[in-house]
Amino acid sequence: MVQDLLFTAPFTFLSVMAIIAMVLDALIVNSSRITFIFSAITLLFSGILGISTFGLHGIGFNGMVTGGGFAAYFDILFSIGGLLTILTSRQYLQRENIEHDEFYSLVLFAVAGMMLIAHSNHLLILFIGIEVMSVSFYILSGYMRNNAKSVESSLKYFLLGAFATGFLVYGIALIYGSTGSMDYNQIALNINNNALNFPALLPVGVALIVIGLSFKAAAFPFHQWAPDVYQGAPTIVTAFMSTAGKAAAFAAFIPIVTVLMPSAPVKLQMIFAVMSAATMLIGNISALAQTNIKRMLAFSSVAHAGYIMMGLVSGSQYGYSGIVFYLTAYMFMQIGSFIIVAILERNGEKYLELSDYAGLSKRHPVLAAFMTIFMFSLAGIPPFAGFFGKYFLFTAAIDAGFLWLTLVGVLSSIISVYFYIGLIVKMYFTEPEGQREDNEVGMSGLSLIITIAGVIVLGILPSGILSIASNLFNSTH
Amino acid sequence: MVELIYLVPLLPLIGFLIIGFFGKKLNNEKLVGAIASIAVGGAFLVALGAFLQLTGESSEARTEHIVRLFTWIQAGSFHIDIAYQVDQLSILYTLIITGIGTLIHIYSIGYMHGDKSFPRFFAYLNLFVFMMLNLVLANNFVLTFLGWEGVGLCSYLLIGFWYDRKFEGSHIVWTGDAAKKAFIVNRIGDFGVLIAMCLIYMRFGSLEYTTVNMAAASGGIDAGLITAITLLLFLGCTGKSAQIPLGIWLPDAMAGPTPVSALIHAATMVTAGIFLIARNSTLFALSDTTMAIITGVGITTALIAATIGIVQNDIKKVLAYSTVSQLGFMFMALGVGAYTAAVFHVMTHAFFKALLFLGSGSVIHGMHEEQDIQKMGGLKKYMPQTYITFLLGTIAISGIFPFSGFFSKDEILWNAYANGSPILWGAGVLAAFCTAFYMFRLLYLTFYGEERFDHHHVHPHESPVTMTLPLWILAILSVFGGLLGIPKALSGGADINILEHWLEPIFANANSILASHHTNAHHHSLALEWGLMAASLAIAIIGILYAASLYKKSSSKPAEMAAKNKGLYNILWNKYFVDEIYHNVFVAPMYKISLDFLWKIVDVQIIDGIVNGSARAIAVSAENLRKIQSGIAQNYALMMLFGIVAIIAWMVFA
Repeated sequence: MVQDLLFTAPFTFLSVMAIIAMVLDALIVNSSRITFIFSAITLLFSGILGISTFGLHGIGFNGMVTGGGFAAYFDILFSIGGLLTILTSRQYLQRENIEHDEFYSLVLFAVAGMMLIAHSNHLLILFIGIEVMSVSFYILSGYMRNNAKSVESSLKYFLLGAFATGFLVYGIALIYGSTGSMDYNQIALNINNNALNFPALLPVGVALIVIGLSFKAAAFPFHQWAPDVYQGAPTIVTAFMSTAGKAAAFAAFIPIVTVLMPSAPVKLQMIFAVMSAATMLIGNISALAQTNIKRMLAFSSVAHAGYIMMGLVSGSQYGYSGIVFYLTAYMFMQIGSFIIVAILERNGEKYLELSDYAGLSKRHPVLAAFMTIFMFSLAGIPPFAGFFGKYFLFTAAIDAGFLWLTLVGVLSSIISVYFYIGLIVKMYFTEPEGQREDNEVGMSGLSLIITIAGVIVLGILPSGILSIASNLFNSTH
Repeated sequence: MVELIYLVPLLPLIGFLIIGFFGKKLNNEKLVGAIASIAVGGAFLVALGAFLQLTGESSEARTEHIVRLFTWIQAGSFHIDIAYQVDQLSILYTLIITGIGTLIHIYSIGYMHGDKSFPRFFAYLNLFVFMMLNLVLANNFVLTFLGWEGVGLCSYLLIGFWYDRKFEGSHIVWTGDAAKKAFIVNRIGDFGVLIAMCLIYMRFGSLEYTTVNMAAASGGIDAGLITAITLLLFLGCTGKSAQIPLGIWLPDAMAGPTPVSALIHAATMVTAGIFLIARNSTLFALSDTTMAIITGVGITTALIAATIGIVQNDIKKVLAYSTVSQLGFMFMALGVGAYTAAVFHVMTHAFFKALLFLGSGSVIHGMHEEQDIQKMGGLKKYMPQTYITFLLGTIAISGIFPFSGFFSKDEILWNAYANGSPILWGAGVLAAFCTAFYMFRLLYLTFYGEERFDHHHVHPHESPVTMTLPLWILAILSVFGGLLGIPKALSGGADINILEHWLEPIFANANSILASHHTNAHHHSLALEWGLMAASLAIAIIGILYAASLYKKSSSKPAEMAAKNKGLYNILWNKYFVDEIYHNVFVAPMYKISLDFLWKIVDVQIIDGIVNGSARAIAVSAENLRKIQSGIAQNYALMMLFGIVAIIAWMVFA
């Protein structure tokens, strides 16, 4: 039992602290200041716990969860994502008058759910993790209660999310019916030995699980909720959902695909390839037509899910480590750009148009410079993190024999350059219009420095993280 | 000192960087001029030190100095160093470049005084010297090519230095057009060099001179390949050294300031072609075809340019055609295997042609930018120093004993006879006759006769000392420079030809190859050599006397002669219509194709069509995708349902 707790220390610690935070909210009036500090420290420690359990490797709680390695890496990643969100959110929430007490504990719960996903070695644990995360997201995206768009996005997310969850559960049930187990290792064993009860049920179950997870990753054709939700949700929540949430979806995908791929390798590869290609193209082409920066970044986030899915197509260690690298890079560049959006916007809806960024370089040279680096990185221009992320995924796809998919990836990257660079052009080569309120950077500055450092360091020295990422898959195989 | 050879190119580079970046801020002509001159002068001193070290060594040891600085390009087995080869040939060129370069830098301080872009001029000039030194000091083709292209660039920049001035020429209106012409014509030749380099690397696996020439000397190489390589290299030489068929740019290059004409378009850059052949003498010696072509091109160019020079009225253009003609002489020498004679003539020509150009610059300066010799005359008394030095230069180029031009020209003519044929000698002497004639015509029209300029507006005056001092130094070199190469025939059999001994090891391989090709070489008597020498000297003197009879005193005789031989005069005046032929055959059709087909159809319709079309297609699809993204949750669910059905169907049925 002690051993088991040790394996899952970041997750168990965080869950306990999340509950304590909720209790604090209930007991103390105007607790937000306390819970802000409390949750920030909690995430810091869960990250440290993640680092210290990284070297461990094992399965605990009767084979329900794994610990160390892969799970610990994602524990660290989610902790960073949560921490960046919380650091940036206080100022944002206060300015928008929505600093209700529960915000920080909800973020903690969402992170706990994500960690459970990364730790899961059992379909039910996976399901619980996904639901804990999703329910927290449903609430967080509607956090601006008086804002119709925010409420609409919350409801839309919930409706479609429930729809998708239904399929996920159904898929789990069918796989259980077919293989007689919900334990990953056992399922893999039974598939490989062809010890199936109802062989005909397995492909349907596999399809449904892929569908459920694709919804969480916002891949075509299950992506349509994402732009609406990301646009309506409070900016800082969007930053969190579109990065940590996406990372969680792929943290679920990787072990599942590893287990289920052998059942129908060629078909699954093709499904992922088609979804990946369509997601990249539709995400980037749609982003092209947007005038609202949040919506543009939302569509670009869809496109990035397409890039990441290329790693699943390869189904190889190289592809998976490419996914892990990309998720890490993406975390920094996407949260970074949303932080800048959050700093500049007002009243939930003001200053979110692309035209509001005209001449930003004159009013906020540093913010404009940072935004430029994030845009370059998102577009995949060296020497920033996004370039190597794409490079690893593209080469993985080529190695897997999917040259056409890489060509689509390159093509859609070219399309994406138009709107990423378009924003830079707006910021630097057009004149600012009218007067603006002063923008306070405050605590967001710290998160900005962390994200920019991440984008640059990963871009200049990608090999460190890449070798860690590829070692993750040496031990699990 | 040889190990310090990197300082030789480095100093002008530093000068270029300082003046290029801070020249405008310094805002002090004297300081800028001093920095530039010291950079080149310092390089000269280092080169002199290296030279003195070489003189103290055995002649074998002299060829073995290669100073490797660092690896420049490394790709697989392809390896190129930044490395300098210091030997008898490269150090001689280096001394000419930095020595004359220093004089011209000093001269330019006076000449360019008051120009609004004074620092820019010196920055370019320093950059040119840097590039030229890389060209001659390199130990491999690639570094030479860097210099080769670099001097081309500097030539372009300096020809068009006064970019806002008009310049008259065939299809040329601005100095910028002349600069472009020079650059583009040179590009054609450079392309040949580039292909030659590829072929050399393919065959020899290396681009270092020593390796390539050593391998070539050991034989066993396909004759066709060698001919191809050497002809392509020679194509580059015809561009850089203004020979047929690429020589048309040099007269128009006179659009640049006169010191530029002296340094780049007379003394140094235009002799790069001779250098390239001398450096690869072994390769060239292996192909009789190439050698014959070089001889033919050289003598033809020498004759054509010399005859054109007779009728020109622009003081600098006369000198330009004279340069083309003298370069032709050098190539003829190379073609008959007289490498030493060619390099000898490069040196003496550098002295007297730099002197003549600087002298013409002094005249132009004193005449308030007037260049037409028909509007000069009688300047002797106004500019005595310029006159005397110009006279010395003119005698030297005419090949009068014992001035420097006599020795180098005569060595070439003798070799043309001995290794070539009497006809070649005859053509050479004819060209020499023309040279003596047009040079003295130039001298008389400028400094003698009645004053044809407008006394109210033009007040001729002598130039300042920064300009006349270089003139005197060059004049002394022009007079005595020939003593470095006194032939046996004149020394009474004593072996005092210093230059020949100096360069002997460089051309040893080539000479032995050539000797093996011409086993039937006969021995010529001393009397014959004396006789030919006297004949060419006599003909040159006749040329001078003829010029004196026509031009020393103003008369109507020249005009009458032109009217009588109108056809011939027209051909010469229009430079054999080469520019017009090139324009109509190459330029005009190319321009038309570019405009009507490449631009209006390929670029505008096809390329822009594809680019704009795909952009439009994406924009349209973006708009359509926006419609699908309706914001209605039910539609989204429906879309999901389609996806679900498709995926399950694929998994189950496919």
